[in-house]
Amino acid sequence: MLLTHSGEYVQLLTPRGERVDAPGFDPWVADIGSAELRSLYEDMLISRRLDTEATALQRQGEIGLWPPLLGQEAAQVGSAHALRQSDFVFGSYRENAVAYCRGVDLTTMISVWRGNANAGWNPYDISMAAPAIIIGAQTLHAVGYAMGCDFDASDDISIAYFGDGATSQGDVNEAMVFAASYAAPVIFFCQNNQYAISEPVGVQATKPIADRAPGFGIPSIRVDGNDVLAVFAATAIAADRARSGNGPTFIEAVTYRMGPHTTSDDPTRYRSDDELAEWRAKDPLDRVERYLTRIGALDDTETARISEHSDTVARELRAAIRALRPPEPLSFFDNVFAEPNRHLARQRSQHEAYLASFDGGELS
Amino acid sequence: MTEQATAGAVRTLTLSKSINEGLRRALTDDDKVVVMGEDIGELGGVFRVTDGLKAEFGPQRVIDTPLAEAGIIGTAVGLAYRGYRPVCEIQFDGFIYPGFDQIVAQVAKLHARTNGDVRMPITIRVPFGGGIGSVEHHSESPEAYFAHTAGLRVVTCSNPQDAYSMLREAIASDDPVLFFEPKRRYWTKGEVDLEHVPDQSMERARVLTSGTDITLVAYGPLVPTALDAAAAASEDGISVEVIDLRSLQPVDFDAVAASVRVTGRLIVTHEAQRFGGMGAEISATITERCFEFLESAPERVTGFDTPYPPAAFEDHFLPDMDRILDAVDRSMGRRNSLSEWRFDG
Repeated sequence: MLLTHSGEYVQLLTPRGERVDAPGFDPWVADIGSAELRSLYEDMLISRRLDTEATALQRQGEIGLWPPLLGQEAAQVGSAHALRQSDFVFGSYRENAVAYCRGVDLTTMISVWRGNANAGWNPYDISMAAPAIIIGAQTLHAVGYAMGCDFDASDDISIAYFGDGATSQGDVNEAMVFAASYAAPVIFFCQNNQYAISEPVGVQATKPIADRAPGFGIPSIRVDGNDVLAVFAATAIAADRARSGNGPTFIEAVTYRMGPHTTSDDPTRYRSDDELAEWRAKDPLDRVERYLTRIGALDDTETARISEHSDTVARELRAAIRALRPPEPLSFFDNVFAEPNRHLARQRSQHEAYLASFDGGELS
Repeated sequence: MTEQATAGAVRTLTLSKSINEGLRRALTDDDKVVVMGEDIGELGGVFRVTDGLKAEFGPQRVIDTPLAEAGIIGTAVGLAYRGYRPVCEIQFDGFIYPGFDQIVAQVAKLHARTNGDVRMPITIRVPFGGGIGSVEHHSESPEAYFAHTAGLRVVTCSNPQDAYSMLREAIASDDPVLFFEPKRRYWTKGEVDLEHVPDQSMERARVLTSGTDITLVAYGPLVPTALDAAAAASEDGISVEVIDLRSLQPVDFDAVAASVRVTGRLIVTHEAQRFGGMGAEISATITERCFEFLESAPERVTGFDTPYPPAAFEDHFLPDMDRILDAVDRSMGRRNSLSEWRFDG
């Protein structure tokens, strides 16, 4: 059932920017001409720009924390573009390039990291669930959602994004059992970015992670996660399988978290400069840029346009943060329940009286 | 009670059959309701509560799941995202812990963390409590964990009519509900009005016997025990007001406080361990609200702070009528088992 052989991974675009044949995968990117590839490149570049901007904004004290996705742009952008907008995404906190591709409102995305909200965007606006912070929990949600698609006789599917660390969680393993048993139309998309905070992937798995899925009865594909074309092809294959009633597929996108786990982390304590340099040579953007330049699809005009676009998005992000106002103090009592709750209403009322007891009417 | 509540709709049913009828009605009325759990399909559940439902509604409405509680709850979350209204069965109280993270970290919080954009209308049915002579992990009362968790409603029924109507209300609720079923009362019979319309009364406590000396709060399996104790006390000239709490989150403190303002005395009984339990919360809150009305300190008659013991010991562990009556004596300032008690430890 393994669609790729153990230990190998699918690559369509080498780090030097050469397009190589990958039988079985090439047809799935046949529709990606130079304009489409340039568009994927643009989304990757903007994702990187948003990511570095957010990191800078954290350093400047505008937001409290940021989980960089630097290095994982191809894995996220390539997979996101192989989905339909009506498909539903269940991700972790690092899938912000996926959210960007699905049209997230930057203000709602960043409000979480400013400490104004727990989950940010309305999931139904972009068909993307509230980010899961408990590692791996979202994989079960994706499977349940996919079961619902099946019950509805819809050809919508769901996708679960998670990391190499999550594969050790019981939830992820239970998710694969449920998905296999019900042939749920779901994609398990594992970004193996080599680290779970400080722990190298060898702590989670002594064999390629993709090798696990067939044991659950789920075919798996291992791809170069820094190759946007390979990721797109693998996700398109998995989506097609799900839509055709063939159930779940597991994708291991082999990539690298070039930045820290979050802005609070210090990766120099657990990995070497040499390792980082090795992966920098496999950068997901560089290879597309080299390829597009070689085939004459990325001239100075296009480069300038894309650069200007990314400047605009970065400015929008900065403006969005600066426009955020502190939330109403009592609003954290709202929405604990969908229906009125007398106990909580009473507690809120007491806290309101407490705030009103200060001069000026409110604790500042 | 509606005009339709004619004799034809009133049937004498066991508590477990009432739940079965409640599920059947919910599955019939709303095609987004799905029932899921271990052994609930072909077998009809280990207590036969879901008997016949799979045959009637099919395997996509009544789902035999893999043996994984986190999986049951986690996939229910995904189904709720998709617009479904899952009713999950946890086979026994002590088996809920593998699903605990999904319940307290996901189900309970998703409505709040999405500012109300995502609703989690999930009902989690849990047979709970002891008294059936079973092996360990089959007799526990974990309700306080869930009552402590913000975002969950927690209820329990004590009779067939409540089992039917509260379950229908729980399933109709847009909030997640832990629905605790007193498993040793599954075979209790009573009249059930099957046309009872869900009416948002689930969170109201019910005064079962009015009294003037002591307020006795019970829920789930101990409600009949409390009624027995009240009857015995009345022979002794003590008037006990028994309240069936029904909802454990939120608690109907207004009803309990109204009663204590009359009686001046409070006893709370439950099977669960005492420390940090429902009795502690009710005693504390009623003391805060009714301090000046209290004639004596609130009493708790509960399980002990030990693991639920092997079946040979459970008559000692479980509160019974005599232990409640002993607390009645203490509450009334009469001679009781602790009158001469000293502890030098």
